[in-house]
Amino acid sequence: MLDFLAQALTPFNLTLALVGVVLGTVIGALPGLSATMAVAVLVPFTFAMDPASGLIALGAIYTGAIYGGAFAAILVNTPGTPSAIATTFDGYPMARRGDGSLAVTLATLSSVTGGLVGAVFLLLLAPPLAKVALAFGPPEYFWLAVFGLTLISALSTGNMLKGLIGACFGLLLSMVGVAVVGGDIRFTLESQTLLGGINVIAALIGLYCIPVLIDLVATPDPHLKVAAGAGGFRLAEAARLAWRSKVNLLRSSVIGTLVGILPGAGGSIAALVSYSEARRSSKRPERFGQGEPDGIMATESANNATVGGGFIPTLVLGIPGTPPDAVILGALLVQGIRTGPTLFVQQGSIVYTFIFGLLIATVLMLPTGLVLGRYAYQSIVSIPKAVLVPTVAFMTVIGSYAIQNSPSDVVIMWALGVMGWGLNRFGFSPSPIVLGLILGQIAEQGFVQAYLIGNATGNVAGMYFGRPISLAILALALLTLFYPWLSDRWRRRRRGTPDD
Amino acid sequence: MRILRTLLTAVAAVAVIGAPVAQAEFPEKPMNFIVAFNPGGETDVTARLQQPYYEKVAGQPLVIQYKPGAGGAQAWAGLNELPGDGYTMVGTNLPHIILQPMEKDVGYETADITNVYMFHYTPDAVLVPQDSPFQTLADLVAYAKSTPGAVTLSGSGTNTANHLAQRRFSEMAGITTTYVPFGGTGPSVTAVLGNQVSGAMGYSTVGVAQEGQLRMLAVATDQRLPRFPDVPTFKELGYDLVSGAYRGIAVPKSTSEEVRHQVSDIIGRINADPDFIQQMEDGGFVVIDVPYDEVPAFMAAKQSEYGELADAMGIRKR
Repeated sequence: MLDFLAQALTPFNLTLALVGVVLGTVIGALPGLSATMAVAVLVPFTFAMDPASGLIALGAIYTGAIYGGAFAAILVNTPGTPSAIATTFDGYPMARRGDGSLAVTLATLSSVTGGLVGAVFLLLLAPPLAKVALAFGPPEYFWLAVFGLTLISALSTGNMLKGLIGACFGLLLSMVGVAVVGGDIRFTLESQTLLGGINVIAALIGLYCIPVLIDLVATPDPHLKVAAGAGGFRLAEAARLAWRSKVNLLRSSVIGTLVGILPGAGGSIAALVSYSEARRSSKRPERFGQGEPDGIMATESANNATVGGGFIPTLVLGIPGTPPDAVILGALLVQGIRTGPTLFVQQGSIVYTFIFGLLIATVLMLPTGLVLGRYAYQSIVSIPKAVLVPTVAFMTVIGSYAIQNSPSDVVIMWALGVMGWGLNRFGFSPSPIVLGLILGQIAEQGFVQAYLIGNATGNVAGMYFGRPISLAILALALLTLFYPWLSDRWRRRRRGTPDD
Repeated sequence: MRILRTLLTAVAAVAVIGAPVAQAEFPEKPMNFIVAFNPGGETDVTARLQQPYYEKVAGQPLVIQYKPGAGGAQAWAGLNELPGDGYTMVGTNLPHIILQPMEKDVGYETADITNVYMFHYTPDAVLVPQDSPFQTLADLVAYAKSTPGAVTLSGSGTNTANHLAQRRFSEMAGITTTYVPFGGTGPSVTAVLGNQVSGAMGYSTVGVAQEGQLRMLAVATDQRLPRFPDVPTFKELGYDLVSGAYRGIAVPKSTSEEVRHQVSDIIGRINADPDFIQQMEDGGFVVIDVPYDEVPAFMAAKQSEYGELADAMGIRKR
């Protein structure tokens, strides 16, 4: 094992890890430039390297991009990558009240923790954990998506009805285009541009970023408040907060790793699940959504843990855990490396050198993240609004165009953005809509596939309600749905008198 | 004097720079290849396998770009707006470019796409888990005959190569199987590995990637794959099924006949490189050679083949 660590520590591999993390962080911070794209652009360069070095470069850029998504989420309320959606919930409120640098530092510490936990699981337990991916069939994905949708009830406290309406709108959006299962053409308004459906990233940029831009122009307030004397990294303060929430950090990292193992789930679901768990177990759940540090720690540790988790099915089963993993798998194939259960035995030197490289890259995220984060924060607060708004507006166009090199995505982004701004005025927040859009596709495919299989085996009900993992997820979903009501009752019973 | 020297230098410079231009052979700058799908898919992988050979054969590097969306239709609908100088190529896939325009208005017709070469295909194959009771295709057919519909086969998407193959095989064998579409080969294979379905109508490439985990019962090729000498073809077993996802390379309509031939020649030379063939075969792909002159006949044959199926499956809507 130590040999492999030494191989990962060669100056060349260290440089690759460092450059990869820096590049990845910058790309991830720009909305629209996704981790998948960053990895795909780098792939041809890795063909000239030996396989382990190539993998280290790709892994470093990937983990950096997932982390970088937090910057835009915290500073401009726009998730740089889908996995940073939940980081906007508390990150942006913190930045607004002047704690932006603290939020960025917390995100860095959490991302490093999550990334390390995910990579350690990959190092020690990859083959047995890969079985988790196989235990998840269509009904489990369906219930997982339903569980994700119940989070809306937790996220839209105070206005459940509007949250549900938003989610239904999101579900409708998720059905636009050609259905993967069945091939039906739905809600395309006879237009060819909508055949491909509504791109999630274009929707993210539109729904989150455009309303912020419009409000910046419409109000005279400065973008972010700068608390006096609150400059610098605030590293000691952040470390203290993180140490106090070590249970939250660890739990979120483990959730992130497990969700990362599931192909087709991804960082956004991991972050949401751990966010809702953090909120449930918190002593002050009412502060979530208003700038609670625990919220950022949960989402950022979870989404970086999905990197290590996602490599588990990729390397053990040859099934990509996440879209960037698919690109990395393709690169491995071209290099002539056969993934599979024997990979860890037959080509252990490549795999273990890579995993140590990934660990090193994750650790390197700490210094680079702090420096880059500080720079990003300072430039965002010091740039006058008259420059900031057009710059960000320009980035939204570039970002949504770059997803598929398609101008129609830009139009969709703007349309959804203006719609999102209008809906915001009436108290509809963008998160339920985006959740519906992401989860709708997973839920629909899982439901139809489960029905087809159930029908063929003559056991439709058993497909949905007869499988232990399905039932466990269903129980969690019900618990999340009724938790606010249950905890209210418990509290009242303990006090013996009705609260209000 | 100084002016004269300057002039002379300029003339000499023009001569030096201009000379190779006049004699230069196509291509004289990097070539672009647009993948109509997300990075990491098979189209991307095969383009990546070709990439180094462009440098070797044509002396120019290949730049790979991605324009995914609508199952590839987004890229194909925009093909003819690209410059027709031979430096921009788009990867095409069958049955996609035949079935998509049959089913709906996707912004292009099959005839709009100028393929200059069809260079390989990924054969369909029936795969089952290692611990499956089906040891041979005959086992599977016998079970499907006794319990119609109970055999579930996962595959990538609806109205795709996998779906067509499942449909044709079931018809030829006189059995009813249930096709369960997934959003790509990855999830479809996961379902088989996890015993969620009886098997997959997948690709031979899956057999390579999952060797030891999945058993290939039959492969839809003319001859057995060199990589899998023990796996029978459907033909040997009495089912006349040779099918899969065919991949070609197209150029915009405005490209001159001369350049079309030149591009076709380059791909033909890559396809003849023994190292390339070896890499493709190792991956489970089957290299085929359909150069520009033979493309029309090839496409006509495929169009009538898929057309009949599309009618039978109710895909054709226009």
